[in-house]
Amino acid sequence: MFKYILKRVAASAVTLLLVAAITFLAMNAIPGNPFLDENTTVEQMEIANAKYGLDQPLLVQMKNYLLNYLHGDMGESLKMQRGTPVKDIIFGQGKFELSIQLGVLALFLTVLMGIPLGCIAAYNRGKAVDNFLNVFSTVGIAAPNFVVATLLLTLLSVKLGILPAVSGSFNDPKAIIMPAIALSLYYVCYVAKLTRTSMLDAINQDYIRTARAKGLRTGSLIFKHALRNALIPVVTYLGPLTAGLLCGGFVVETTFGVPGLGRYFVSSIIDRDYPIIMATTIVLSTLIIGMNLIVDIVYKIVDPRISLSGTNN
Amino acid sequence: MAEKTDYVKKDKPLLKVDNLKVSFFTPAGEVKAVNGISYELHENEIMGIVGESGSGKSVEAYTIMGLLAGSGKVCGGSIEFEGKDLLHLSRKEMSDLQGNEMSIIFQNPMTCLNPVYTIGNQLVEVVRRHDKSISKKEATQRAIDILTEVGINNAEKRIKQYPHELSGGMRQRVMIAMGLICNPKLLIADEPTTALDVTTQEQILQLMKKLQKIHHTAIIFITHNLGVVAEICDSVSVMYAGHIVEQGKIEDIFYHMKHPYTEGLIASMPRIDIVNHERLNPIEGSPVDLLNPPKGCCFAPRCGKCMRICQEQEPPYVKVGENNHISACWLHVLEMKKEAEKNG
Repeated sequence: MFKYILKRVAASAVTLLLVAAITFLAMNAIPGNPFLDENTTVEQMEIANAKYGLDQPLLVQMKNYLLNYLHGDMGESLKMQRGTPVKDIIFGQGKFELSIQLGVLALFLTVLMGIPLGCIAAYNRGKAVDNFLNVFSTVGIAAPNFVVATLLLTLLSVKLGILPAVSGSFNDPKAIIMPAIALSLYYVCYVAKLTRTSMLDAINQDYIRTARAKGLRTGSLIFKHALRNALIPVVTYLGPLTAGLLCGGFVVETTFGVPGLGRYFVSSIIDRDYPIIMATTIVLSTLIIGMNLIVDIVYKIVDPRISLSGTNN
Repeated sequence: MAEKTDYVKKDKPLLKVDNLKVSFFTPAGEVKAVNGISYELHENEIMGIVGESGSGKSVEAYTIMGLLAGSGKVCGGSIEFEGKDLLHLSRKEMSDLQGNEMSIIFQNPMTCLNPVYTIGNQLVEVVRRHDKSISKKEATQRAIDILTEVGINNAEKRIKQYPHELSGGMRQRVMIAMGLICNPKLLIADEPTTALDVTTQEQILQLMKKLQKIHHTAIIFITHNLGVVAEICDSVSVMYAGHIVEQGKIEDIFYHMKHPYTEGLIASMPRIDIVNHERLNPIEGSPVDLLNPPKGCCFAPRCGKCMRICQEQEPPYVKVGENNHISACWLHVLEMKKEAEKNG
């Protein structure tokens, strides 16, 4: 087990290096420059380029970036918060914490709502409950989250006035509710559908008939015997999803005025703030790679037939 | 308790199936899988149910166990178990019986154990479901004892293993252990040896015979293997297309069979005592399409002795021998008439 994890971590380093290299080349392929705006002259731009090393050949720039990363130096912001170290922007200003809080809550909603709803739908296949959940989840998947966010705002803040319209830094605990719902609705519905499909397969297996023949209660049939067998596809989906959720959502954070990390993913690209693009991409990639490793270990826990190393020992 | 002694005194059957009808309602129409079968099973008795694939053997067993699922529905008749009408029990009452008073062993041990839980977990679960007062530790001990009883060595170690770590024969032993762990009065074995190789088959049969002697469990043994029936059963019901065509003690069915279908079945058995290797004698034709069953006797289209009446009316049961040996065939009716005429 330990050996396996070590191997995977080593492989992850290579993956990460490739991600960094590709991101670097891709972002440089976008036309434009962080210092390009109406008021800068060509001379000023050249001075700035020289200052930040942007006048050097691409490969040299890339080498410098990667070497700096190995030393834990993520560079300085070129535009969004000019001169501030990127590390501080991402980890030091409470943005990541906000996004993580929001993400964890959204993840809880996804797991605690999506999986049981999927089970209920599968158990009541073809009945009214199943049809209702089917319509509900299709709508939930089809509705873009800015629509969901707007509807929530209109209903809960404007009409009923229960929840604050601007969430800010979640100083009011109620403020996190709406962003979390808006962020997770799609995933709740998707996980519900995924669980339903997988559960339908599990419910028809012979071992469920055995469990029924033992006189076990419905709850035990569904949640003990069927669900664990149905969980693999869901776990597979939840891994990368967790990474994504933790890094925040652009639309939801913007709509509810949450100063989280999510906005930086998009804004940094529009602003050509190269160091922030690199940093956000690498943070997300690391999380995804880490989550995938966790997912593989969870597989083994969920289904004892799966062997981690690929050989049976 | 008084009721129980009463029940023993009167020698009432443990299980009484009366004119049971089960149909599956499919988009193509009603499939009458079980079409009016009746029998009685007493304590300590092993009854075989034989028949081809699709004759309704398993459906009948699932109906008794309350496991009928999907589009299957009971359309008539009754099942009485220890005087209780099984078809009118609530779900909760039924589940209290399942795995406890009556249990079932399925055909395919490879897929019938849950792959993600240990053997021990799945055994302990049954015990604790039916008796909450038993501690986990006691239940585990009981699981170890019963595993040892069904011939699994090293049971302490085995209960911590997962099904995929055991062989097919081992898994079937575990299934038997699971069926017997609560000391049921009735055990239904639904082709328990079909998926196993011949040597393992023999071991499992011997094991079931041995356990039956110890626990005095009544067993319904469903199979399409006549050799297995001959080895283990006291009485046999021969099923064809949802009907029981002949029923009787084991000797009566094997040596004094009356129904043409039973004759065909026995004749089609490979025999080791025939020296000059003759060809096997299959029953001509193929099983009935249960969506459109024939009008009269269900076996008529394949029967060599078919008469006009066979195609028009269902034959009644006729007592053809001692010990409740009955058979449903117009030939018997004819014979009876002749006999009556002869006697005046």
